[in-house]
Amino acid sequence: MSKHSITIEINGESFTQEVDSRKLLIHFLRDDLALTGTHIGCDTSSCGACTILLNGKSIKACTFFAVQANNQKIETIEGVEQGGQLHPLQEGFHQEHGLQCGFCTPGMIMRGKELLEKNPNPTEEEIRWGISGNLCRCTGYSNIIKSIQYAANKLNEKQEEAA
Amino acid sequence: MIPPTFDYLVPATLPEAIALLHEHGDEAKVLAGGHSLIPAMRLRFAEPSHLIDISHIPGLDYVREEGGFLKIGTMAREVVLEDLPWISERYPLLVDTTKMIADPQVRNLATVGGNLAHGDPANDHPATMLAYRAEIEITGASGARIVPIDEFFTDFFTTALEHGEILTEIRIPIPPSRSGGCYLKVERKVGDYAAAAVAVQLSLAADGSIEQAGIGLTNVAALPTRAVDAENALRGQQPSDALFAQAGQLAADASSPADDLRGSAEYKLTLIRELIQRALRRSVERAQGRS
Amino acid sequence: MIMCKTSKEIGGMGHSLKRKEDARFIRGLGKYTDDVQLPGMLYMDIARSPFAYAKIKSIDKSAAMEIPGVLAVITGEDLKQYNLHWMPTLMSDTQMVLPTDTVMYQAQEVAAVIATDRYIAADAVQALENSIEYEQMKPLIDPHKALDADAPLLRPDKEGRTDNHIWHWQTGDQEATEQAFDEADVVVKEQVYIPRIHVASIETCGCVASYEKAEGKLTVWMTTQAPHAIRTVIALVAGHVGLSEERIRVISPDIGGGFGGKVPVYPGYVIAIAASFLIGKPVKWIEDRSENLQADSFARDYHMTVELASTKEGKMTGLRIKTLADHGYTDAAANPSKFPSGLFSIVTGSYDIPTAFTEMDAVYTNKPPGGVAYRCSFRVTEAVHAIERITDVLAQKLGRDPADLRFQNFIQKDQFPYRSALGWEYDSGDYAPALRKAMDMVGYEELRKEQAEKRARGELMGIGISSFTEIVGAGPSKDFDILGIKMFDSAEVRIHPTGKAIARFGTKSQGQGHETTYAQILAEELGIPAMHIQIEEGDTDTAPYGLGTYASRSTPTAGAAAAKAAHKIRDKARKIAAYLLEVSEEDLEWEPGKFFVKGAPERSKTIQDIAFAAYTNHPQGMEAGLEATHYYDPPNLTFPFGSYICVMDIDPKTAEMKIRRFVAIDDCGNIINPMIVTGQIHGGLAMGIAPAMYEELIYDDDGNILNGTFMDYLLPTSVETPNWETGHTITPSPHHPLGAKGVAESPTVGAPPAVANAVVDALSHLGVTHVDIPVTPFKVWKILKEKGVIS
Repeated sequence: MSKHSITIEINGESFTQEVDSRKLLIHFLRDDLALTGTHIGCDTSSCGACTILLNGKSIKACTFFAVQANNQKIETIEGVEQGGQLHPLQEGFHQEHGLQCGFCTPGMIMRGKELLEKNPNPTEEEIRWGISGNLCRCTGYSNIIKSIQYAANKLNEKQEEAA
Repeated sequence: MIPPTFDYLVPATLPEAIALLHEHGDEAKVLAGGHSLIPAMRLRFAEPSHLIDISHIPGLDYVREEGGFLKIGTMAREVVLEDLPWISERYPLLVDTTKMIADPQVRNLATVGGNLAHGDPANDHPATMLAYRAEIEITGASGARIVPIDEFFTDFFTTALEHGEILTEIRIPIPPSRSGGCYLKVERKVGDYAAAAVAVQLSLAADGSIEQAGIGLTNVAALPTRAVDAENALRGQQPSDALFAQAGQLAADASSPADDLRGSAEYKLTLIRELIQRALRRSVERAQGRS
Repeated sequence: MIMCKTSKEIGGMGHSLKRKEDARFIRGLGKYTDDVQLPGMLYMDIARSPFAYAKIKSIDKSAAMEIPGVLAVITGEDLKQYNLHWMPTLMSDTQMVLPTDTVMYQAQEVAAVIATDRYIAADAVQALENSIEYEQMKPLIDPHKALDADAPLLRPDKEGRTDNHIWHWQTGDQEATEQAFDEADVVVKEQVYIPRIHVASIETCGCVASYEKAEGKLTVWMTTQAPHAIRTVIALVAGHVGLSEERIRVISPDIGGGFGGKVPVYPGYVIAIAASFLIGKPVKWIEDRSENLQADSFARDYHMTVELASTKEGKMTGLRIKTLADHGYTDAAANPSKFPSGLFSIVTGSYDIPTAFTEMDAVYTNKPPGGVAYRCSFRVTEAVHAIERITDVLAQKLGRDPADLRFQNFIQKDQFPYRSALGWEYDSGDYAPALRKAMDMVGYEELRKEQAEKRARGELMGIGISSFTEIVGAGPSKDFDILGIKMFDSAEVRIHPTGKAIARFGTKSQGQGHETTYAQILAEELGIPAMHIQIEEGDTDTAPYGLGTYASRSTPTAGAAAAKAAHKIRDKARKIAAYLLEVSEEDLEWEPGKFFVKGAPERSKTIQDIAFAAYTNHPQGMEAGLEATHYYDPPNLTFPFGSYICVMDIDPKTAEMKIRRFVAIDDCGNIINPMIVTGQIHGGLAMGIAPAMYEELIYDDDGNILNGTFMDYLLPTSVETPNWETGHTITPSPHHPLGAKGVAESPTVGAPPAVANAVVDALSHLGVTHVDIPVTPFKVWKILKEKGVIS
């Protein structure tokens, strides 16, 4: 088994560490860096609890080796709040009761982040398909959709203010 | 669900990747999007000795029209097909297919090449490439060769890729004007493998008759399946419900699905009959510019 | 309309207060079991059986032990030295921790590996699994064959047992019921199977066990819904090796969904504790999804024969149900001890049925043990499915509208408290308005017209009704205990000198929002702003004893305990206020947040004034401080109810189904937090359509599980799940101090028959009277094929 020294920018901070080739990114984040906000819910890339952003794109960190992320940029739930300001998605999940046990929430938020970046005004149907790779067992999804809509509105307002 | 050990190699060029494949023998595997391979490794169904990560080789992720073909580089991720507006306009069958694969996160990494190279008859792109009459470029130590899609899938989970070769490009002949296609899939839930799915690609003649027809079927046999008789029956005919029903029956006749958790073989044949008719109707509409 | 007695700032009952616990979860700062990392922590992984029934011929540890980083391989023989190879189940049966000779189901734990890292542990498990020799035996998979003469005797270890029959249970008046059936104008009968399913919370199960030898203290972080009971069980099971209850600390940290699957004690927990005890280092065990689905407790698996008798006018006169329950190889159900079939006897439902009789036989098979809830109170889903399905079958037989038949047979408002034929005293209910409201919301009459038009065109749509009655809040101590421990629950409330508070409970939230709702109950009763009331649960070293959170019992028991503890505090506060205001206690009146002098409201003392005085200026002779504890023993269960309507479209060619509308009217009595209640209902509805349309654990004849991963065990996504339309009526519980009833499971109980009834309704003109859940497109296709709709 090969070992590799990898450098990854995670939430704006650079980490250099030696990893075994087979170490999954999810375990690198959780066990080695103690970034435990990203969760593990299955072994088959089915549940999306481990969703993070790799160079801005949402991926499942349980189906990616840490070594593949060498020299890439990663964002996890821990990096979403900026300068003490919650991201509109975080606010949305709180305001619209988009979470219960909280286990799927980080993955949902990370997925929501890319979804809104690509499509700032998604319809309900687009959100439903957009989060179809994230399972939630508590909420029945309706309030998650509202949470993402809340964030979309908020982000659009911010955009307008800036313009 | 922990993957077994392996050596990880990152070639900088394609020739280097091919050399590495040769060097490390049968147990070396190419890692592209990883969404067939890594789950198999986690279940320890696959235990490759070496993974050769081709994702860092520059210039393999293109999607462009060139020389009469839509060319898809081996590292082009599924998501690219969804995101390019001109693909949606000109290759609706391809976009339909991509959108039915797994989920957005998976499509951000998974590649079209990987979907084909895995040789899984339950995957969605094989049927679509059959319908498009695509060609596969395979590159080995002695250079590149072109394999028609009909010769690419050779057995259950087996393709024309020889040891030491890499699938480097998918070529879809650019459809003539008045073409249309679509992919219809019955699945137990979103992102699942198909209970049955059909890929249809049509071109219409000036008089409205069907000039060319390509039909691929997903998960109805050990290999991705072309509905040859259905294609022949359609060619030269004016579209009609009776014709489509006949094509549906011929497509079902070309299928030999197995009973599984998704349903019985007979159920899947019913689906094929119906999906073919619907897909033909929609493809004609698209070819006529009506949707 | 929900009335609030307190201001928004206080945030008592009826306010949709945003959840306090969200702050950590939305930042990824929740602390779940797998997030616990301790210095020197080891990892455990488990080798499992590939066979459903086999003798273990040998286990060769050497290949696993040779892997660098492997510290130990633990087998049943190793545990046997400490008499820890078997453990009791909650139903007084016995379950293997690790087997010494025979494996009883596929994926059963066979041996455990302890290693320095989870990757090494996984390698060692693979090596170990390749080094175990088995002698396969023909398993018993079909419960209907469990009592056949040639069936293998699965539990020869149990003294005196000569067959695979676990128990027989019956309730009701058999003779009167038989008479009712003899005299009935109409009898309908269906075989109804409620399949084996799995809660599949997104967080799997696991623990970190840390035994500190010097102090002899065991701390276990654990995915458990009932930490206190677990502590006692550990003390009882492992007392003989020196684990004493005062030195056992069970911490249930944040839980990523429970739904009943985190009530039982799984072998993995016990092995991890044993490993930590023996090695003296912390040991982490987190199961993966396949282990979770394949080995952890299942739910349901009831084969029911359901019969309903009625007059020709449609008045129900008798109900008779015979059930075969597949328990797997041991009875490890999670029911109150005196109720082996849980609260199944709620099966007369919302209807005034004068006689009923149910009997049930439980058998062993070579499948995993279980019989836990799947977000439902003790076997209530099975019962509700039986009565709601058979009611539709009767309506169909009589040519009656299913809504109409329900109105005719509902227990009427003036009949409450109502004693059912099977002995329950329903506390309160008003069923007709809930159904009427659901019908109005969905536009029932118009939908029936649309259905008739569509049928004429060969299109398929169905409208399914379910008017369920739940039974939650176990339970009164005279009847309800688990392993002898009475099913009370507790609250301990302390008011700080500055008028803020901390309260601790014997329950444990797994997403229900206790940190918010309990604070609201205390805010309601004490007038302290909910935002200033800290709620803690799950640490047995600090929280008062309680039986935990499942079966929608938290609000009925611990919520009531909070109110009662608050009343004790208010009684003392009144004394202090009287002292401070120099009036007699009788001259004081309470409004949320303060006592004032009758007729002179300007003379008042706020709860904050009083709290400060309790520590700085309390009356001579009175104990200082302001705190109270209450252990609440409910006088009765509570009986939430509701009416749901599902509108289903079916593609007549492919049999694909789509829920077009789903309307849910719930009545859970007085509502603490409407936002949270609605959220609970949404989630429960999703877990209602799941087994109705997608989920089932499927085994082949050899006992191989065919869908033990999330690729084939189909949890609905946001795409399959419809947009929920919810509403409520309010019929308070007369005996609960807050008039509340418990809610989170009603939708899981009520939704499946609404879905099944909608599908049958869509096909009823073809003569279809029943389809078992999950109603998959394949099942519907088979019907359409058989009826000639599809050629």
